Amino acid sequence: MKPIYLDNNATTAVAPEVLEEMLPYLKELYGNPSSMHTFGGQNHRRIEEARAKVAALIGADPEEIIFTSCGTESDNTALMSAVESYPRKRHVITTRVEHPAVLNFARHLARKGYRVTYLPVDSLGRLDMEAFHEALDDDTAVVSVMYANNETGVIFPVAEIAEVLRERGILFHTDAVQAVGKVPIDVKELAVDMLSLSGHKLHAPKGIGALYVRRGTRFHPYIIGGHQERGRRAGTENVASIVGLGKACELAGEALEEEAGYLSRLRDRLERALLQSCPDARVNGDTTNRLPNTTNIGFEYVEGEAILLRLDEYGICASSGSACTSGSLQPSHVLRAMGVPFTAIHGSIRFSLSRYNTESEIDRVIEVMPTIIRELRLLSPYGKERLTQP
Amino acid sequence: MWEYSEKVKELFLHPKNVGEIENPDAVGEVGSMICGDALRLTLKIDRETERIIDAKFQTFGCASAIASSSVLTELIKGKTLDEALKITNKDIAEALGGLPKEKMHCSVMGREALEAAIANYRGEARPPEAEGRIVCNCFQVTEEKIRKVAIENHLTTVEEITNYTKAGGDCGTCIPEIEAILKDIWKAKAPPRPEAPRKRLTNLQKIALIQEIIEKEIRPRLQADGGDIELIDIIGNRVIVALRAMCVGCPMGGVTIEGIQERLRELVSDDIVVEQQ
Repeated sequence: MKPIYLDNNATTAVAPEVLEEMLPYLKELYGNPSSMHTFGGQNHRRIEEARAKVAALIGADPEEIIFTSCGTESDNTALMSAVESYPRKRHVITTRVEHPAVLNFARHLARKGYRVTYLPVDSLGRLDMEAFHEALDDDTAVVSVMYANNETGVIFPVAEIAEVLRERGILFHTDAVQAVGKVPIDVKELAVDMLSLSGHKLHAPKGIGALYVRRGTRFHPYIIGGHQERGRRAGTENVASIVGLGKACELAGEALEEEAGYLSRLRDRLERALLQSCPDARVNGDTTNRLPNTTNIGFEYVEGEAILLRLDEYGICASSGSACTSGSLQPSHVLRAMGVPFTAIHGSIRFSLSRYNTESEIDRVIEVMPTIIRELRLLSPYGKERLTQP
Repeated sequence: MWEYSEKVKELFLHPKNVGEIENPDAVGEVGSMICGDALRLTLKIDRETERIIDAKFQTFGCASAIASSSVLTELIKGKTLDEALKITNKDIAEALGGLPKEKMHCSVMGREALEAAIANYRGEARPPEAEGRIVCNCFQVTEEKIRKVAIENHLTTVEEITNYTKAGGDCGTCIPEIEAILKDIWKAKAPPRPEAPRKRLTNLQKIALIQEIIEKEIRPRLQADGGDIELIDIIGNRVIVALRAMCVGCPMGGVTIEGIQERLRELVSDDIVVEQQ
């Protein structure tokens, strides 16, 4: 059975066009791009073509793009480079709802003696801008705020933050892993200094990412070794995946607007139908300013892992912020930071769509979900009185 | 994704004895929605023979919580209360064909609900592990419960305690306290994993050993990263070193020093403190 894959913020399918471009570099064209012979050296040109495509998607110059092994490496590199570049500054600002790639790195810096401010969000998952302004001081080495949240899809006012920081001369990094390819981003307009992106969130394979570093930004490499990436990221290039990322960015750029329209239509239909057919369900996050492909719905009085495993029986893939799925015994740090009531937080389900989802797949979810929720509420000591409601 | 046994999957998708007995003779409620799982167990008991005639459950929780509750009702039906009380969380886990280790707390919750129901029937106070001093505030776990579960399941590490009771699984503030409780439990009994006794070293031997470890193990490792280290002095248990080359000004310097200290403690003596000059 082909799965109904609605977990595209976790990872995406590799686009067939991407795979096709990659294959020669996994087979006959295995040369090392640094080699002096034509056989290897020709791959260097393909890397530069891919770099231009990645750059084009976000309005950057090709030389401002550094290929990395994943979004996490991009995030870690950006933060490490920032604190190494400004060794006298001992303050870092981020948010309470970052991806662990940023959040845990910030905690790591805190253990090393850095002062870290974690900016709060409101009940709709919107960043507290007043807290942001208050947190800034002359000791701030870097601010890292995600472009869009992976769990709720809520988009942060990155442009506004960037302007403030440029004015004050403070480095700004944004983790745009969930946003690149889903919403238009142009670093000519957006005053960020560094921006992280990840291949497998936009139909390139896992194991490839990129970091945009604005020309003139102080930079220290995180992985030290050979001269690859002009000394900014050592290690023999992952040629096939770099080519794949280039193609994926090209595809995303070509269809960005059209795809966003399609995804938000599908997503809104799913969301409306589920809120209507399942009593005591609520959307987590600001619905007016969200990624087009994401919805996070809290089904009160039921537990998320149980919902996911029932969905799994129908081949439907989604994710949850419940404690049982987080691996930490506590539910999602994002939903907790938003103050989502505990009646709903354990039953939160994220559906994240991609261009490959169809109307009929959405219909299937709309069809099975009410029964799943109803049955689990029947099992629950808290659910009984809820079933009588319309 | 969790590796659930076929039995857990089966009972999650088709749980047995779901619901609530009307006019039950005993009710046991444990857990809460805040913690992410809760179980309400109702029993019909033959008052003459003290035999459990019927058992039903309602569970808010994940697949393993639902399966644990379901198998519990099957295990206790037809048993006398005294027989039922002999069922341990291990019995519940075994009847399920095992649980992932991180999910053992689901089996513990089943056992607690049973004890609570029987105490309710007998008009007794709540079982001792439900009372007493709270060690883990995040999950409201008492010292009594930690002790009981540790002894019954022969748990020796904080991680195991977290898997079985959730204690220590969020903010982690109580971890030193859990460690102290575990130490206290197992010092009274035979320690489960005795450590090999370490040879006592003379000062000269100690200095020579530290020199050797730094020269042969630590320096080559740092040099491979473009760094270096110099041993400056050893005063009692204080090992004074200086970081050189690429290590100078490296923000990871603190980690390096900690790592060296850990290694020296492991190989030389527990009380070694490594300091930067």
